[in-house]
Amino acid sequence: MRGASQGQRRKGWGRGGASMTESPAVALNAAAEAIRVQNVRRSFRSGQRTVEALAGVTACATRSRITGLVGPDGAGKTTLMRLIAGLLLADSGRIEVLGVDVAREPLAVQARLGYMPQRFGLYEDLTVRENLDLYADLQNLAPGGRAARYAELMRMTGLEPFLSRMAGRLSGGMKQKLGLACTLVNPPALLLLDEPTVGVDPVSRRELWQIIEHLVRDQQTTVLFSTAYLDEAERCAHVLLMHEGRLLGSGPPQDFMAEMSGRSFFASAPIDRRALQEILAGTAGVIDTVIQGGRVRLVTAASPDPRAIAARVPGLTLTPVPPRFEDSFVARLRTPGTSGEARPAPGATGTATAGASRTGRPRGAVISLQHVTRRFGAFTAVDDVSFEVARGEVFGLLGANGAGKSTTFRMLCGLLPPSAGALRVAGFDLRTAAAIARRRIGYMAQRFSLYGDLTVLQNLTFFASVYGLSGPAQARRIEWAMTEFVLGPLLAAKASDLPLGFKQRLALACALMHEPEILFLDEPTSGVDPLARREFWRRIGALAVSGGTVLVTTHFMEEAEYCDRLLIMSEGRVLTEGTPDAIKAAARRAEFPDPTLEDAFIAAIGTRGAAAA
Amino acid sequence: MSFSSRRLFGLMRKESLQIGRDPSALAIAFVLPAVLLFVFGFGVSLDARHVPVALVVQAPDAVTASFTGRLNRSTYFEPTTYRSIQRARRALAARKVQAIIWLRSDFTPRAESSGNAPIGVFVDGVDANTARIIEGYLRQVWANWLVAAARRGGKPAPMAVAEEPRVRFNAEVRSRNYLVPGLIAVIMTLTGALLTALVIAREWERGTMEALMVTPVTVAEILLAKLTPYFLLGMGGMLVSVALAVFLFAVPLHGSILVLTGCSALFMLASLGMGLLISSAARTQFAAGQIAIIATFLPAFILSGFVFDIGSMPAIIQLMTHLIAARYFVSILQSVFLAGDIRAVILPNAAALALMAALFLALARARARKRLD
Amino acid sequence: MWRRVLALIRKELLAVLADPRSRAVLIGPPLLQLIVFGYAASFDLNHAPIAIYNQDRSLASRDLVARFSLSPTFTVRRVLSSGRRIDALIDSGEVRAVVVIDSRFTRDLYRHVPAPVQVIVDGRNSNTGLLIEGYAGEILTDFSRAWSAAHGGDPPPAVLDVRALYNQTLDSHWFIIPGIVALLTQVVTLLVVGLSVAREREIGTFDQLLVTPLRQIDILLGKGLPGLIIGMGEATVIIAATVLWFHVPLRGSLAALYLALLLFVLAVTGIGLAISALSATQQQALLGAFLFMVPSIILSGFATPIANMPRWVQELTRINPMRYILVVVRAVFLEGADLASLAAQLWPMALIGLASLAVAGWLFRKRVA
Repeated sequence: MRGASQGQRRKGWGRGGASMTESPAVALNAAAEAIRVQNVRRSFRSGQRTVEALAGVTACATRSRITGLVGPDGAGKTTLMRLIAGLLLADSGRIEVLGVDVAREPLAVQARLGYMPQRFGLYEDLTVRENLDLYADLQNLAPGGRAARYAELMRMTGLEPFLSRMAGRLSGGMKQKLGLACTLVNPPALLLLDEPTVGVDPVSRRELWQIIEHLVRDQQTTVLFSTAYLDEAERCAHVLLMHEGRLLGSGPPQDFMAEMSGRSFFASAPIDRRALQEILAGTAGVIDTVIQGGRVRLVTAASPDPRAIAARVPGLTLTPVPPRFEDSFVARLRTPGTSGEARPAPGATGTATAGASRTGRPRGAVISLQHVTRRFGAFTAVDDVSFEVARGEVFGLLGANGAGKSTTFRMLCGLLPPSAGALRVAGFDLRTAAAIARRRIGYMAQRFSLYGDLTVLQNLTFFASVYGLSGPAQARRIEWAMTEFVLGPLLAAKASDLPLGFKQRLALACALMHEPEILFLDEPTSGVDPLARREFWRRIGALAVSGGTVLVTTHFMEEAEYCDRLLIMSEGRVLTEGTPDAIKAAARRAEFPDPTLEDAFIAAIGTRGAAAA
Repeated sequence: MSFSSRRLFGLMRKESLQIGRDPSALAIAFVLPAVLLFVFGFGVSLDARHVPVALVVQAPDAVTASFTGRLNRSTYFEPTTYRSIQRARRALAARKVQAIIWLRSDFTPRAESSGNAPIGVFVDGVDANTARIIEGYLRQVWANWLVAAARRGGKPAPMAVAEEPRVRFNAEVRSRNYLVPGLIAVIMTLTGALLTALVIAREWERGTMEALMVTPVTVAEILLAKLTPYFLLGMGGMLVSVALAVFLFAVPLHGSILVLTGCSALFMLASLGMGLLISSAARTQFAAGQIAIIATFLPAFILSGFVFDIGSMPAIIQLMTHLIAARYFVSILQSVFLAGDIRAVILPNAAALALMAALFLALARARARKRLD
Repeated sequence: MWRRVLALIRKELLAVLADPRSRAVLIGPPLLQLIVFGYAASFDLNHAPIAIYNQDRSLASRDLVARFSLSPTFTVRRVLSSGRRIDALIDSGEVRAVVVIDSRFTRDLYRHVPAPVQVIVDGRNSNTGLLIEGYAGEILTDFSRAWSAAHGGDPPPAVLDVRALYNQTLDSHWFIIPGIVALLTQVVTLLVVGLSVAREREIGTFDQLLVTPLRQIDILLGKGLPGLIIGMGEATVIIAATVLWFHVPLRGSLAALYLALLLFVLAVTGIGLAISALSATQQQALLGAFLFMVPSIILSGFATPIANMPRWVQELTRINPMRYILVVVRAVFLEGADLASLAAQLWPMALIGLASLAVAGWLFRKRVA
């Protein structure tokens, strides 16, 4: 492999941004862009509507760099990827890939391209090795060169021990790595990765990034990397920021963040963080507030006046923090005063159950697990897990893929009986009184799981009736959902036609129809745009303030930050438990003065030596 | 991009591995045909034997006995004697018997004097086909009885015309002999069209097709790699079916295996072409299954002449049957099994099959693009 | 509790009717099958092509040929002048039978010796072959009697006086079309019920249902009853089509028919629910429904009589609900049967319904919990 020596020369590349002339290899290529997209439009028909997936996009990707295609779901990332790969034709505009017009000569492009679609097409009934063989054959790789190449790929991905395992039996992270290995069997000049990190736990996510960065460094591969996780943009050399079919911005991530310098702060005050967030959100000049552990992270308008903000809350301290990529995304979409951020806190009224808030939040355990174990055949998915969740708490269940958090979650919702141990939800033993306990819980699945063929109103009515609401009580709650979630104008729309953000609102409205004491959320905001995510979590916060209990399972650290307490699971066991700040504090090292939650998570998992999962 | 045998064999190997590991493919390829073959082989028969009939003889004597004796000896009938016509009709209404044969009290006197004594026959007309077959059988019994009676009485032949029926092919007139070969066409439709459409739809659903499409593989290679293993699977299913037909159901095979295999290959290609065509329109297994059943399986069942005679259908529907590949194959199968390698049947039908195979495959090739839209 | 089940039923009906795919399942195949079966599925013989080789060429033999060419059953496709091509014509399938009139035909007629007429039938489709033989025999018998009567011969001592009850013209459409009522009711009910749970499993709404206070029995009812409603609705449409479009007489008690259909749909619903509980994907449900449907139709007496099957297969058909409903439908349509005479068909269906629903309930509890 030719990588080693070039890797030496390219070692200056990194987050700090590489100057283009640093390496001769790059200088040669710098003149030509690997991808040139010119004013491309593409629309799709969906039912009676025409959806414009790309509304005139012009963009470029430089050779031998990672270009990030960043934006929330529905931004048009996948469509652009498919157009570049020659799988779709543009309605208008022109795409040149590696100097070739894709529309005219797709095969010539595809011969030099590696493409990993969102759900990579692994043949789940073939083994790891057979999948590799197939792609080696398809790439016309001579059998002689395979052994060395496979060894290289396996070393890179750590899949060596699993060569003869069926691909279907790999964990989510390993599947993504195998998918990547398959596209890399014949080293491509251009690598297109469509959301490779979706549904992948932070450990595997980090490993995937290492593989990709290594590839760019060693083999000068050009990478186009699409992602809905805005934090990943910071690792790219160049970012194409997309939103609703348009290019919102283009440039090195540092440029995006530079616009925001001096505008981001951590705020802390001796009051409840949720109350603090509410106050700050309503303050003029503040365009964004996000809860991060015990503090509130805020972003100000272009000309910040920290003192004016500090004056709003007695005892408020503002600590400047470096800007994040997400800040600039939010700033671009939201101008102060015109956004929903200034709205009063949604949802506090009527979401929680009787008396909880009035009686001063009794701190009893609403969910309790004692020595719960769940086995599937010989495999123990959950092994002797115990924890408690108090009323009014937002509790996060974290873990790598296959750590057992989904199984725990399903047991809590009453979807799976435990093999051993006791589970009490809202005071009921789920094994004996499941139906009664279920009346007290609301559930929102990760995937949109309402009836897509029914209208918004029909969905609301159905869930209200199923939870036993009828007559005026039902009408009152539907009225509530309509105003609270601003669903009024969409009542007659089919649920499947709603934009993602609205689907999510509807799902939450349905889950809260019967004013449950406990709300179960499964990765509720992954892929949702940052504004919708903020809105969602403010509702959840309000719910908790008024005494509701929320249990979230996720491996999306952004969501974990909103939680009061976290539990990290690994290989079916509890690894650690505590507030986000405590967990971060535990991971603090000399070389890591201010670890993120992701760092902390990886450190926690790492100490267990569970990298294989 | 030019053709590459490595890519092709790689795909074929993958396809074969998957067939070997996928229980649902094996189910459609082997379990379903076996179930169909058994159910049909044992369950479907249009041959009425031992039909229960009621016999009402109001004045038994030697003449009536000579007639009823013939009924009793016939393998077609299982007569039960009833004392009155009312009871017999009740038995008919209760579906205990399928016909009543009624010799009234004046039967013998009339037969011996004026002749034309009526033999009253009531058949249950609900199942019209069986009723007609019963009628035919009775006519034979009656005609034989007349001849024997005349001969015994030394009288001239009672009938001016003597019918000499001769059945060419399938001399024992067993319906299984034509139903079981016809079934092979239905089974091959299942493996050819349904299975192929389903496996391609599955690749779309699981996203593997998208991953394949961006490799340098050509459309022709993808199609060829799908065709070959399923072609072999279908031919294997055909051979198993033929063996079952011959050895389990004792259907004679008069023609040559070679002709049978050749024609089956043509039909299999047409079937696969249909399957590929369906898969180019349907991207979900659900839709592919629906279309395959409606567009290939049902017609192969009903409009191919496999159970229902095409000649008796209304003209418009007869015209429609020409669009159905199974129609030509059923003709070939019935001839090859029961009659032999008859050129006059095989050549035109095989030509039609070849044409359809070429058409479907060409259409499938034309419609398949390396695009998602 | 009923309010919840009602909400579930309402949602189920809305979902089935709003989803174009399931609407297609409900409307497409039934319509197609009604048309195809209604027109194409028939055992009647019409215009069967035959050839005649008349070696006699007398007045009498021409009279006989005329009887063949005037019969609506046959179409005389060829008149042969030599016997050489007889086999070839049959082999190629151009004609289904050849009638050969011997050169001694007239001579034998006058000598009161049975005049030989050979009917060579293509036996490849043995059912058609038998029917052709029967019709040809009928024509020859009629000719015989007419000739004897005209030429002073003795009439035969006895003649057959055949009357078909319930279906005087022996139109096999009258046999097949009422059967379609049962067939399509089964297909639609099975698909609606069988696919409903699998569909919800695939789109993820089933978990959402399971976390509601609905109990398993509620879900079972909520999934089963829409199938029942849709099945009965489908049956009504097809009964109407049978009477109004195909003009099959409806002679018996409609109430008895509906009671029987209700029991039948109940049994099928139970089977559908069992398939539903067992399958994780719509694909599996479809395959399961298919694997149940094909044998149940073949072994029901829908197209071919149960009486023709081997003994052990006949015993096997007793667990097939379609066997019973077919008898009921045909009895009510053609025989004018009433409730009392159908009791023997009703209780087995009720029993099968109970058993299948119990099994479905058990599977539900086992698979879902």
